[in-house]
Amino acid sequence: MIAENTAGVPLPVRDALSEPYWAALDDGRHIFQRCGACGHAWLPPRAECPVCLAAEWSWETASGDARLISWVVYHTAFHPAFADRLPYNVAVVELREGPRLISNISGIDDPEALQIDLPLRLSIEREGGVAIPRYVPAPENG
Amino acid sequence: MRESVVVAGIGHTTFGAHEGRSTVSMHAEAIRHALADAGVEKDAVDGLFVKFPTSAFEFMYGQKVAEAVGLQPRIGGVWDQGGAANIGMMSFAALAIEAGQCEIAVVTFADNPKTGSRGAIAKSIGADDVFGWFGAAAGYAMIARRHMAQWGTTADQLGAVAINARANGAANPRAQLRKPLTLEGYREARSVVAPLRRDDCCLVSDGGAAVVLMSAARARALGVPAPVPILGFGQGQTSWNVELRPDLTSTCAAESAQTAFAMAGLGPDDIDVAQFYDCFTIVPIMTLEDYGFVPRGQGGAYVASEGTGLDRRLPMNTSGGLLSETGMPGMQLVIEAVRQMRGTAELQVKNARTAIVSNQGGIMHTHSTLILGQPA
Repeated sequence: MIAENTAGVPLPVRDALSEPYWAALDDGRHIFQRCGACGHAWLPPRAECPVCLAAEWSWETASGDARLISWVVYHTAFHPAFADRLPYNVAVVELREGPRLISNISGIDDPEALQIDLPLRLSIEREGGVAIPRYVPAPENG
Repeated sequence: MRESVVVAGIGHTTFGAHEGRSTVSMHAEAIRHALADAGVEKDAVDGLFVKFPTSAFEFMYGQKVAEAVGLQPRIGGVWDQGGAANIGMMSFAALAIEAGQCEIAVVTFADNPKTGSRGAIAKSIGADDVFGWFGAAAGYAMIARRHMAQWGTTADQLGAVAINARANGAANPRAQLRKPLTLEGYREARSVVAPLRRDDCCLVSDGGAAVVLMSAARARALGVPAPVPILGFGQGQTSWNVELRPDLTSTCAAESAQTAFAMAGLGPDDIDVAQFYDCFTIVPIMTLEDYGFVPRGQGGAYVASEGTGLDRRLPMNTSGGLLSETGMPGMQLVIEAVRQMRGTAELQVKNARTAIVSNQGGIMHTHSTLILGQPA
């Protein structure tokens, strides 16, 4: 398991646009944006829909079901705060609702044994006191 | 536009370390060599297209270079396309020459990531630092993993790209890394960001390189020794960050190549030698696919089975590329293609009449393609 609250891990920069995203995670919900004009769903937070450019959108809570698009395993630390976590994984995850994001896969022994398109389940974990969306394998939800 | 603009001159600094030297100084040396190669007086240059150093952004950098070489160009500046910029700017320079906006253009690049700032290598890739998402290598590893899982591409096939580059680099006295690589050596090297190992990753290099462009008519009038015609060029932009990109294993390099092929009136079968941007080994494999040299998903099998050596159907990265000659982002590939067309390459491909060059930047965000032909 990845240790909590390791000193020096760079935490997300929060602004007016992304504050609801992080606040919702702190509250146990993972949210994304959905366009009020065309219905497109997206992350990360942005002010206009990247499909139709409309500025009318709302937050929606994700089901927590997702799948693994790809992943890497760091054997070199590119930031000193991660040196004592090697090897660690970083993954691209696609929510059932469509948006994709960078995340980590938790609760696994061997990251090289993962498979692309593996069903995943949201696991909100804390890093430096901030709630972030990680995922665990969820073989039953395919 | 076919054959209307030529590469009249090429020049570069040594590749490797330039401790304590400014990037502007390396531009000046590269431009000096390129002008001498073309036999052109500096004061005839009226277009100056500059790729800014990736390691450290500098505002109004094109003007700093213009000042250092004493030019007041009619048209010029910096265009940010990351590693696609050198061919991108050659394209803009060719368009400017065609449109009468300038007559003799210099396109120039310099950077010092080896002895200067290493910020470009380890920087965060967006707003996801909290997940440990850092470094360009990881972005390419993410793409490579998906390509391997989706198309059956193997580590040994990635290794074949590195082994070819290192064999060619070993034969190139200008190359920064002249140590050939075996498959065993490739397999045993440490993992950087799995699935990418040490030898999948490009060199880190200081250096500068420049080319001189003008119309074919002007080159004839000036008596330029071996003007190499630009037959085609194209660009494409995949744009989405890796995590948002709907398809990780194909890119808009396809559009870039299609545009260049259409302009040249040529197709993949007509190309004799390729210089493909190889910052990481997965890139030439995907370029072979996106450019239409092989069917989608077959790039890995092609480099390992058919091979890309000097005696193969499509000799690739004949001076060693970013993996062996120098890690500079792309201009060395253009220069090697020019030498192949002149018949002056270290590892010359016999009877090569056409050359294709790919540049790309970011993590396969931007793409540019150049097709060169025989000197008249």
